[in-house]
Amino acid sequence: MGSNMAEQHPVGFQWVIEAKERGAKVFHVDPRFTRTSAMADRHVPIRSGSDIAFLGGIVNYILERGEWFEDYVRHYTNGPVVVGRDFRDAEDAAGLFSGWNENDQRYDIESWAYDQTEPETAGGKREQRSEVSGEQAHGAHGMKLEQGDPPHVDFSMEHERCVLQILKRHFARYTPQVVSELCGCSESDFLAVAEALCANSGRERTSAIVYAVGWTQHTVGVQNIRAASIVQLLLGNIGRPGGGILALRGHANIQGSTDIPTLYNILPGYIPMPHPQEHPTLETFIELNGPSTGAWGNLGNYMVSLLKAWWGDAATAENDYCFDYLPRINGDHSHYAMMLKMLDGGVKGMFCVGQNPTVGSANSKLIRQALAKLDWLVVRDFQPTETGMFWSDSPEHESGEVRAQDIQTEVFFLPAAAHTEKEGCFTNTQRLLQWREKACDPPGDARSELHWIYHLGCKVREKLANSNDPKDRPILDLTWEYPLEGVHREPDADEVLKEIGGHGPGRACLPSYDELKDDGSTSCGSWIHAGIYADGVNQAARRRPGREQNWIAPEWGWAWPKNVRILYNRASADPEGSPWSERKRYVWWDSEEGKWTGLGDSPDFPPDKAPDYRPDSDATALDAISGDKPFIILSDGRGWLFAPTGLMDGPLPSHYEPQESPVVNPLYPQQRNPVRQTYDRDQNRYHPVPGQGGEAVFPFVLTTYRLTEHHTAGGMSRTVPYLAELQPEFFCEVSPQLASERELEHGGWATIVTARNAIEARVLVTERIRPLPVGGHPARPVHMVGVPYHWGGRGIVTGDSGNELLPLVLDANVHINEYKAATCDIRPGRRPRGRQRLSLVADYRRRAGIDR
Amino acid sequence: MKLSVEQWPAAYGEDAKPRKGFFTDTSICIGCKACEVACKEWNQVPPEIEGFSGHSYDNSRSLGANRWRHVAFIEQRLPADTNEGASLVQAAERGAAVDAGLASYQEGEGMRWLMASDVCKHCTHAACLEVCPTGALFRTEFGTVVVQEDVCNGCGYCVPACPFGVIDQREDDGRVWKCTLCYDRLKDDMEPACAHACPTDSIQFGDLGELRERADARVQRLRSEGQDRAHLYLADSDDGVGGAGAFFLLLDEPEVYGLPPDPVDPVRDLGSIWTATAAAAVALGVGLAAAIVGGRK
Amino acid sequence: MSQSDGAASPARVSQRDDAASPTPAGERGPVSYHGQPVLKEPVWSWEIPCYLFTGGLAGASAGVAYGAGVRGWETLSRRAWLTASAAIAVSPPLLISDLGRPERFFNMLRVFKVTSPMSVGSWILSLSGATISVAAFHDWTGRLPRPAAVARPLAAVSGLALSTYTAALLTNTAVPVWHEARRTLPFVFGAGAAVSAGGACAAATPVDCAGGARRLAIGAAAAELAVTQLMERRLQMHEEVYRSGRAALFSRVSRGCLVAGAALMGARGAASRRAAVAAGALLCAGGLATRWSVFEAGKQSAADPRYVVEPQRRRLDG
Repeated sequence: MGSNMAEQHPVGFQWVIEAKERGAKVFHVDPRFTRTSAMADRHVPIRSGSDIAFLGGIVNYILERGEWFEDYVRHYTNGPVVVGRDFRDAEDAAGLFSGWNENDQRYDIESWAYDQTEPETAGGKREQRSEVSGEQAHGAHGMKLEQGDPPHVDFSMEHERCVLQILKRHFARYTPQVVSELCGCSESDFLAVAEALCANSGRERTSAIVYAVGWTQHTVGVQNIRAASIVQLLLGNIGRPGGGILALRGHANIQGSTDIPTLYNILPGYIPMPHPQEHPTLETFIELNGPSTGAWGNLGNYMVSLLKAWWGDAATAENDYCFDYLPRINGDHSHYAMMLKMLDGGVKGMFCVGQNPTVGSANSKLIRQALAKLDWLVVRDFQPTETGMFWSDSPEHESGEVRAQDIQTEVFFLPAAAHTEKEGCFTNTQRLLQWREKACDPPGDARSELHWIYHLGCKVREKLANSNDPKDRPILDLTWEYPLEGVHREPDADEVLKEIGGHGPGRACLPSYDELKDDGSTSCGSWIHAGIYADGVNQAARRRPGREQNWIAPEWGWAWPKNVRILYNRASADPEGSPWSERKRYVWWDSEEGKWTGLGDSPDFPPDKAPDYRPDSDATALDAISGDKPFIILSDGRGWLFAPTGLMDGPLPSHYEPQESPVVNPLYPQQRNPVRQTYDRDQNRYHPVPGQGGEAVFPFVLTTYRLTEHHTAGGMSRTVPYLAELQPEFFCEVSPQLASERELEHGGWATIVTARNAIEARVLVTERIRPLPVGGHPARPVHMVGVPYHWGGRGIVTGDSGNELLPLVLDANVHINEYKAATCDIRPGRRPRGRQRLSLVADYRRRAGIDR
Repeated sequence: MKLSVEQWPAAYGEDAKPRKGFFTDTSICIGCKACEVACKEWNQVPPEIEGFSGHSYDNSRSLGANRWRHVAFIEQRLPADTNEGASLVQAAERGAAVDAGLASYQEGEGMRWLMASDVCKHCTHAACLEVCPTGALFRTEFGTVVVQEDVCNGCGYCVPACPFGVIDQREDDGRVWKCTLCYDRLKDDMEPACAHACPTDSIQFGDLGELRERADARVQRLRSEGQDRAHLYLADSDDGVGGAGAFFLLLDEPEVYGLPPDPVDPVRDLGSIWTATAAAAVALGVGLAAAIVGGRK
Repeated sequence: MSQSDGAASPARVSQRDDAASPTPAGERGPVSYHGQPVLKEPVWSWEIPCYLFTGGLAGASAGVAYGAGVRGWETLSRRAWLTASAAIAVSPPLLISDLGRPERFFNMLRVFKVTSPMSVGSWILSLSGATISVAAFHDWTGRLPRPAAVARPLAAVSGLALSTYTAALLTNTAVPVWHEARRTLPFVFGAGAAVSAGGACAAATPVDCAGGARRLAIGAAAAELAVTQLMERRLQMHEEVYRSGRAALFSRVSRGCLVAGAALMGARGAASRRAAVAAGALLCAGGLATRWSVFEAGKQSAADPRYVVEPQRRRLDG
């Protein structure tokens, strides 16, 4: 669900094909019939943005029929945990959970806590601030617990406030009929999925769920994944071979760039970025961000080692290991928040590295208007992209709204090396790091990112060399020495990896994060990667062929943490440590040896902690987790069916309609996610809510997606003839029914209009897109317009960009835009040129009553 | 009369290698087109941007001088699932509801999206090779059919000779080009670029005999799973081209994929062609003689 | 590389519009892949149908010349050698023009392959060219008597082959309308060669010396009309190729020219040189149009997948 794996991850999809060959059943639940659907045993179409309803229906199916994995749920999840008295479910409050603050449009999460505990919130503020992410808002990774165990647990799971009972009530209305009417799929399709999942889960069997940006790019993106987590935890499909929830990333190494982040709000290894007022010292930072129990209980070790990696000898106990050198987070600096600030003149300059936001980001016109407010812009890419050339070449130049001489932004283009022209790691979806060698030198002035950032740092340090200003110390004190190679003085990427992997006294490489200390004796650039250079060997560069190992292939590359291939794999054994079944054995307790053993994977558990281990009352960190609690990253060691902290929009997923939808939410009066981030301004108007008039102006669902043949915003594929020829023109996909309703000619042109912009596309009329029957008695067809978004104004093949159409509206937890569901109108023929394009959009806005 | 230029493997003597080929299993093709791109990259085949075709996701249209692998996309509506025992009237009602967007299409009928990577067949009896007047087309030690680009004369005779419409001229100097089964890679014990790039092993490369065994097993399995139209195409040595080095597992009739259902090497009929030609020449001689000899000045 | 013009494509798309209405699986009908051809159209250009004509004209004229010589009809023989040598002289340039470069014609002579009518034909053309040239040279200059004595019969015999091998060239392809005519097309081409040779020689020769040529022209025209009819009828479904497009146009022109030419030749050919010239021109035009019709039919037949798929499907289904 939410993934078009065959098209977007064709190389990984070989394993799905192989699983199918071995008898696995593959279901594809997706609004469109794609190349993935073509390979699936069954395709189940659902309306874009209705995933939680579908998954909620599965949860209801499991609970109603008693299909859950009893022992797994009882011992490994928080199903038996009792929640506090003040909690009110969304079922009882018109779609809002308890703690809703109407004035601030945010939740106070205190009432979501386990009975007799308090949720830990940053700086003691319980009301969540949407400027930062959910995790950030109330302390990373869990609440404070004594002994790592919730105080009130009912192992019979019959207490009316225990999580399992709350779940039952929350999802009781997600019946097959409601799912069918809401999602537009048939009841039999839905039931086929639910039955297959249940039949293929349990002691003897496991099932996996694969998702990608089809789930994340919604105003309920995080809750989509939460819903899948509930399904998989109930069925016992986490931490076991053949199970799991596989997050396919948007493109190569996105996983790597969140682990060692290019994000504004976390430090390497998912350590939160410090806040200026709430984290005055290292001690308060650790106290407020690390629950004392679980793997995060050792946050101090991770943090001090990180500071030592960055500032080396300058970081001492006396100066808080240079904790003050770290930047502080003072608000939402996520992508779109930054763009809007830029639009308002609040940003002077931007480095745009390997990104093409005027094609790849929503509301492209707004993005271009924002870029025009910059003093300077540096673009590092293979080609001068649409972003790099926004000042001279854009739809607004064509329409006459903008002239090149009026844009004052100074733009620098720096050619970048391709992945074959530099060495380093890729991290794939299963956290597997694979080292790749450089095949050849980059041409001309093209350089690697490492080269660029290193030498930029050197130049800045040179300029500051004589400064006595304390604010320059963080830069001057950085450990910034790497061996340089070749005529271009390329820094040695291997040395960087060594720094990330960590070392102890005497620069001995660390074997794992267990060795990290908070006394300054260890240094580690990313605690989750500790051990990647164990024994002085680049573990990620290992390439022992699979045929020379067993199927787990632990000596191919290296996976964080500790080369664990299946996270929480303690769950593959029962509470006593024996495999759940012979067929599905993976990691188990060897009582004779007194350690965890298995088929070859590293146990994701303290290696000698017996199943019957129970913590002392003063135990902290991993020691506070019992021997039968596999989810060691969480403070209670349990998989969370119910999330007492960490989320902005509720402890349980509820179906909310997308920001723009032709359908009234049939489940709750609350139409949309109450905490979604909206930016209703002239450049970013939203379409009317159904039932309030004007919605008929934009009657069709609009969804955007990608094709195998192109790469994201096209900078790497529209410029390559062999790829460009495979999908040479921008097109939209519509059903034969919609085509006849709107007189769209197959192979001809259509104009697609939203309140943001109007674009033109060639028309591909296809049975693969079907109107879906939505609502009951009688159902009405909801039509969808599908738009692959890869095109732009530059390259060998060009076209309008699909993202011109979309509004900015974000999931509050992670600030991801809703690319997958909006509304639009479609009409035959090419779009108007020049200023008439503006008039067309203005006319639509007027008719929809949103031209304030 | 049977005329033939078969010289393989005898002509190579001890240098002959086991016959190599492709087994393209279209049942697991995901339409990623990596084969098209890998082929062009390796063989430096010129790009050819032909614009939006509207032929499903196929914008490269067909094999040709500048396209040695081509992935076909066929969208099909499948009839209602007869297992559910629906009557014709019920099926029609459901079909109408689906068309009106009032029922999910699985209730009425399903979709099938066939994808298949096409390539030169490297026929056992290869017309292109047989009709080539210069010997530019030849059979390699691997039993494959390759154009020697430095010998090709640009006469274009092989183009209409091919019963699959594979080989074609380039517009520049009229020489013909087609898949070489990566002859250069084969010589270095490497598999062809397309097979190497194929993520799902839809394109399998190897010794032809072994590939055929594998294909037989595969087609039997698919049939046992209810894919009753699955069949092998060009895997039979008794067919019109003597079987092919590149054969296919298809899920529908060959013509659906743009392939001729019963291709025949036209040179198979060359005996009768020459006989008829000789007879016509004799007849012409007789006619001439009759006109000249049998009359007055 | 060229990016196709956006405006040009929709027409193409709407003709091949089956993505909008996919073929139902399980139903067998005239099936193709998005309406696209299975075969590649012959790549040859206008030079080839011209050569089909000039080759036949040269070959059969050589036969006329030899026969007339044997009968001692000096004038007809001389004019026929002239016709043959003129026709043979333009043939290689036509082929070279199609091939692109002169040396490519000579490359043809590096091998001899019986499976390749083009290879065989290259040798036939060379032999005819050489022998006709020598014979004609002797005929006009009186030089090289001994080689000419050998060349004349050789020219006549190779001329027969030159007139008919081109049918083998076409029928030895996968193009359905050609391949299916493999037993009749050689006779069409043979008759056509005789028509054009008869017509040309009758036109080139004073009427009182051209009786043989006239008889040949009239008889061959009748034969060509008959065998063409036979060929088309035996083509079964492929016959409709000759009923559409440019093939039909040239076919009609051919029939008209042949009937008119033969009639005129018969009625006035013996009386009026002017009429003989006109009749000869009509007959030659008819011969040329026949070749062009066959050539165009080949292209049309290859371009329409039905002609490939349907007969093969019928064969399979028994």
